[in-house]
Amino acid sequence: MSGRSSLVLGTLALALALCGLLSMGLGAVYIRADDILAALLGSGDPDYRVILLDYRLPRVLIGILVGAALAVAGVVVQTLLRNGLASPGTLGITAGAGMGAVLVVLALPAALAPWISPAAFVGAAAVALAIYGIAYKRGVDPVRLTLVGVALGAFCGAGIDLLLVKGDANLATALVWLAGSLWGRSWAQWGALLPWIALLLPLVWYLSLRLDVLGLGQPIAKGLGMAVARLQFLLLCSVIGLAGSSVAAAGTIGFVGLICPHMAASLVGRRHHVQLPVAALLGAIFVVGADFLGRMIKPPLELPAGLIISAIGAPYFIYLMWRASKR
Amino acid sequence: MVKDSSGMRRWSVGWLAAALAALLTGAMLLSLRYGTTHYSLSEIITGLFIDHSSREGLILSTVRLPRLAATVLIGASLGVAGALMQGVTRNPLASPSVFGVNAGAAFAVVLMIVLFPAVPVLWRVCGALIGAIGSVTLVFALSKIIRFGKPEVKMALIGVTMQTFLAVGTQALLLLNESKAEQAMYWLAGSVVGVRWPAIAILACWCAVGLALALGLSRSLAALSLGDEVAASLGQQVRRLRLMAVCAVVMLAGASVAVAGPIGFVGLMVPHIVRYMAGVHYRVVLPLSGLLGALLLTGADVCSRAISYPGETPVGIVTALIGTPYFIYLARRQGGRMS
Repeated sequence: MSGRSSLVLGTLALALALCGLLSMGLGAVYIRADDILAALLGSGDPDYRVILLDYRLPRVLIGILVGAALAVAGVVVQTLLRNGLASPGTLGITAGAGMGAVLVVLALPAALAPWISPAAFVGAAAVALAIYGIAYKRGVDPVRLTLVGVALGAFCGAGIDLLLVKGDANLATALVWLAGSLWGRSWAQWGALLPWIALLLPLVWYLSLRLDVLGLGQPIAKGLGMAVARLQFLLLCSVIGLAGSSVAAAGTIGFVGLICPHMAASLVGRRHHVQLPVAALLGAIFVVGADFLGRMIKPPLELPAGLIISAIGAPYFIYLMWRASKR
Repeated sequence: MVKDSSGMRRWSVGWLAAALAALLTGAMLLSLRYGTTHYSLSEIITGLFIDHSSREGLILSTVRLPRLAATVLIGASLGVAGALMQGVTRNPLASPSVFGVNAGAAFAVVLMIVLFPAVPVLWRVCGALIGAIGSVTLVFALSKIIRFGKPEVKMALIGVTMQTFLAVGTQALLLLNESKAEQAMYWLAGSVVGVRWPAIAILACWCAVGLALALGLSRSLAALSLGDEVAASLGQQVRRLRLMAVCAVVMLAGASVAVAGPIGFVGLMVPHIVRYMAGVHYRVVLPLSGLLGALLLTGADVCSRAISYPGETPVGIVTALIGTPYFIYLARRQGGRMS
């Protein structure tokens, strides 16, 4: 790893720590840094401990996992589909999660919140696998996979709209859950999220050399002796696990998966070995920082993190491109 | 069916165009016939051409005919605009909304609804058009200043970013003015219900210019689809070509979104369906995309009156529900690539 990438990684890690600290310290109750440390170590003011351990810490940790997972899933999808406009949503993750949530609300109107999250995950996985299955024909052509993904995504989206137009009050509740926010998330979501991320992030990073080769195009990858179809399927499953569990935990925060890969590439280049960790850190910073800002802008109202990320990320991304073009 | 050079079975273009035109005529007749009340063919002819003042004549000429005209024009425009976009960006994911056409129009309309709730519909159409043109101009200007990666990727990325940003603005406006949200949501759902002649006159002017420009560009676009360098070496002025194509997209998609609100799917999927059926040459893809777009939207509009009769289902939803299965069938059968 070159000096520049270590520097970038170090700076980003520092920025993430700062975001996390700010997010834990500020809010309706102001907590100083040394009190945070004391509370985390098990001593200190019991009131602070409750606020931190039950409310703020899980939000920060879930934000880190979700951001990192979505950004890494974005890198993988963009390489897999060889398309810079692709994001996990292109493979039907978002539409599938929405479909799962809507269906479970229709089937079991009584059992709301606890079931929506697993149903969203199952829906995302089912739609993504269906897209892969439909696009499979003597191997998977990236363009066909993209197009089938978009078409099936539009189909699910239309289905959800149709059910919404028919007007069922419960459905609106289900979709609020998917609006992309860390509001009211707790250790339960953390427990559901952690195994997926802890397993899949290292796996994807381990595959980074293969991702580099796949990025050269299928013919070259095959020529170099790679089992392309098996690798593609493995990557698709990783995307389902990473993005599906994130969406199920925190709703759809779409922009992270789209721009973090490009930002990481403009910072350290397109070698996955370094692009993946940089993108993961960027994603985590975005989600934690946006969640923090969303709480601070107009308390006690909480603006969804997804909204903040788009509002800040879009101009920042344009600025990054503009700066890169001056070099 | 004929086989082209790649050995794939394709319909010959002439037959395909004729079949699409025939189907479109049929769909147009159905669209005039069915609704909350049904008319026979003779009633339609009498109402439209002989006796304007009869009850049928009034309904046909003030409700059904304008709606039909809007549907056909918008479907054709969106199909052609989508094909242009995919040619200019060389990206199969591109559609007119990628340049922020829809997001710009939506932002302008919501802003107008919030600031001047009582403004007449025609003004709103103009506002949406200005919003669409403004947002695309901004995207194009930014992509002039910025040098980042390949030009076609850069333009699409800037467009998507702009679209996200404007969408947040729209959402924030709606959040802060909840009382007016309902009026805005109705427009945002995308619908051809209740379109009147003055709006169609505006739509028709823009569409005519946009379609003429698009068809004039088709030969050059075929060169552009081979890559910037190849196009330049074939004597194309790539930058001017791209600018003109973007102008055509703004006219076509901007006027459509201004009149009917954002309608997705047609601009994205119709060009792909045409490529699967008739090959990749732009001189064929552009006109056929127009025909198929008009057919799909008119057909979807007819179905939208039947699904939950006598209520109406938004036409954008029906378009995706009808179009997807057919698209998947084509993608499976031919497995062709987009060039």
